[in-house]
Amino acid sequence: MNNLSFSEDQLKQVQEIIARYPEGKHKSALLPVLHLAQDSFGGWLDVPVMDYVATLLKLEPIEVYEVATFYSMYNLKPVGKFIFEVCQTGPCMLNGSDDIIAYIKEKLNINVGETTADGMFTLKTVECLGACGYAPMMQLGKNYREHLTPERVDAIIEECRAKAN
Amino acid sequence: MSKKLLLDKAHIDGIRYFDVYRREGGYHSVEKAFEMSPAEITDEVKKSGLRGRGGAGFPTGLKWSFLAKPEGVPRYLVCNADESEPGTFKDRYLMEFIPHLLIEGMIVSSYALGSNTSYIYIRGEYAWIADILEEAIAEARKKGFLGKNILGKGFDCEIVVHRGAGAYICGEETALLESLEGKRGNPRIKPPFPAVKGLWNCPTVVNNVETIAAVVPIINDGADAYSKIGIGKSTGTKLISACGNINKPGVYEIDMTISVEEFIFSDEYCGGIPNGKRLKACIPGGSSVPILPANLLLTTAKGDKRLMNYESLSDGGFATGTMMGSGGFIVLDEDQCVVKHTYTLAHFYRHESCGQCSPCREGTAWLDKLLRKIEEGRGEMSDIDLLWDVQRRIEGNTICPLGDAAAWPVAAAIRHFRDEFEWHVLNPEKCLRENYGLAHYADPLHIPVAN
Ligand SMILES: Cc1cc2nc3c(=O)[nH]c(=O)nc-3n(C[C@H](O)[C@H](O)[C@H](O)COP(=O)(O)O)c2cc1C
Ligand code: SF4
Ligand code: FES
Repeated sequence: MNNLSFSEDQLKQVQEIIARYPEGKHKSALLPVLHLAQDSFGGWLDVPVMDYVATLLKLEPIEVYEVATFYSMYNLKPVGKFIFEVCQTGPCMLNGSDDIIAYIKEKLNINVGETTADGMFTLKTVECLGACGYAPMMQLGKNYREHLTPERVDAIIEECRAKAN
Repeated sequence: MSKKLLLDKAHIDGIRYFDVYRREGGYHSVEKAFEMSPAEITDEVKKSGLRGRGGAGFPTGLKWSFLAKPEGVPRYLVCNADESEPGTFKDRYLMEFIPHLLIEGMIVSSYALGSNTSYIYIRGEYAWIADILEEAIAEARKKGFLGKNILGKGFDCEIVVHRGAGAYICGEETALLESLEGKRGNPRIKPPFPAVKGLWNCPTVVNNVETIAAVVPIINDGADAYSKIGIGKSTGTKLISACGNINKPGVYEIDMTISVEEFIFSDEYCGGIPNGKRLKACIPGGSSVPILPANLLLTTAKGDKRLMNYESLSDGGFATGTMMGSGGFIVLDEDQCVVKHTYTLAHFYRHESCGQCSPCREGTAWLDKLLRKIEEGRGEMSDIDLLWDVQRRIEGNTICPLGDAAAWPVAAAIRHFRDEFEWHVLNPEKCLRENYGLAHYADPLHIPVAN
């Protein structure tokens, strides 16, 4: 993170986000700008990143920390290139999410909350993602992967590896 | 086949795009609404009997009529697309397949309420759906249905999509407003209600996605036609997202006169339980509503067939009934463990408590811990009573209803399945290998209904 600032394009995006809210209500831009920051600076929010967002939005740093620590989608620790966020809530459990989580753990040789040694994959368990009818499922980046089976998990891992090369 | 008002056209090729949607009669309600006054629209919505589809079932027209209208102060419509209640995925379906229906409903509702900037607060994980909505909004603006002086009728309206970032509590309307203001999602103490002091302290109406979409057929067909569908105070159609152990999980639009039995077993809906298994239990309205064993689910305590509507599902109160809630229909077959399922829900609520009130923050942690202990074969009989005691102390003692929502599933599980909890305590090793099964609350109706 040697060059901690948004590109011209991203700065324009920030201005567009701020403009969606009434004059003086720029604090509303905080959640969307944190999403943008996380996507742009390595998938997580380090303290200097949060401070940068505070400066950009003319907020106190504490206002940014408060928010970043409240919402589960903001990562406060480094993560792998690909994050498998597997749902473990009731309806997914009824359809075998336990087995899928166990399978991924074994296959990647990591525990929930850990990242593979090559920095490629992080495994997280999450709560209901609104895909209960398509269980078991996980979130991967901006999309959902549903009706998971061991074979599909294998294919997803291959797909990610191919993408990284 | 029951009448479909919302998803009727959801499968038409290209309906996601403006031109196809318009060709199929889309945006007609906007043209019709502009021939009416805002008060007339609110009146139609009142007469239609529409009740909020987000979970509480509050009459929508009445809610609209509470909106304060002080001179010179902006008013806001906020669409609640946070959809995070376990078992619920209906709003996602509507927004993903027929996004313009929501945008159309937003324009008509904004006009009725006098909101010139309206927000859609969507859960952060639905990132691709936020993109779909943005695209639909851009199309509608290009065609003159959004922006300044819509259709030359003098009404200005913009719709802004705002993504959350992972917090169930932001579905609670005041937490949602806090979050939209760029803060932690801590629910506010009411009163004041959002209708008086909402977004940025301005009068605000918060409505669910499905509620706002339903305004379109109400204006198109008229309140009378809408209220003739359904039964009693359950007018119109309802989206049900069905999941768990059923043959055909998915989103169904139902006319609220069908029976629960028909919904579970007929091929038009869930298509029965897979692998010839029997029905054990069901949570019909999202994780927060009471679980019912099969016998009480299919017939009320009075012996009537239970129907898929607000009144019938809640018949018997919490002693023998449940609730319509958000329409998240979760089915458990005979091989599922009620203790384990309840534990996952308690874990969910613990994770999602915002932590402001001690009964909720501490209570949900206790429920989670005790249920895990019993589920893992480490429980004692006194833990079951302790669970009951803890849930009772949460209910009614908190700022927002998340506390109740965490307490009710545990209370109902113990009320109806106490013998299963006791079996876990008495069989600490066996309960790790096998499940309790159906026992005395067995499904008396294991033969699917004939169509
Ligand atoms: C903890 C909690 C979570 C909620 N989640 C949602 C939700 O995800 N979507 C929703 O529409 N309403 C949700 N609600 C209900 C809202 O507070 C509010 O009643 C609803 O948005 C009103 O819209 P309606 O009248 O159209 O149903 C939730 C309520 C609570 C207490
Ligand atoms: S009941 Fe729970 S979620 Fe609601 S305000 Fe209190 S602590 Fe927060
Ligand atoms: S329970 Fe997993 S998506 Fe809802």
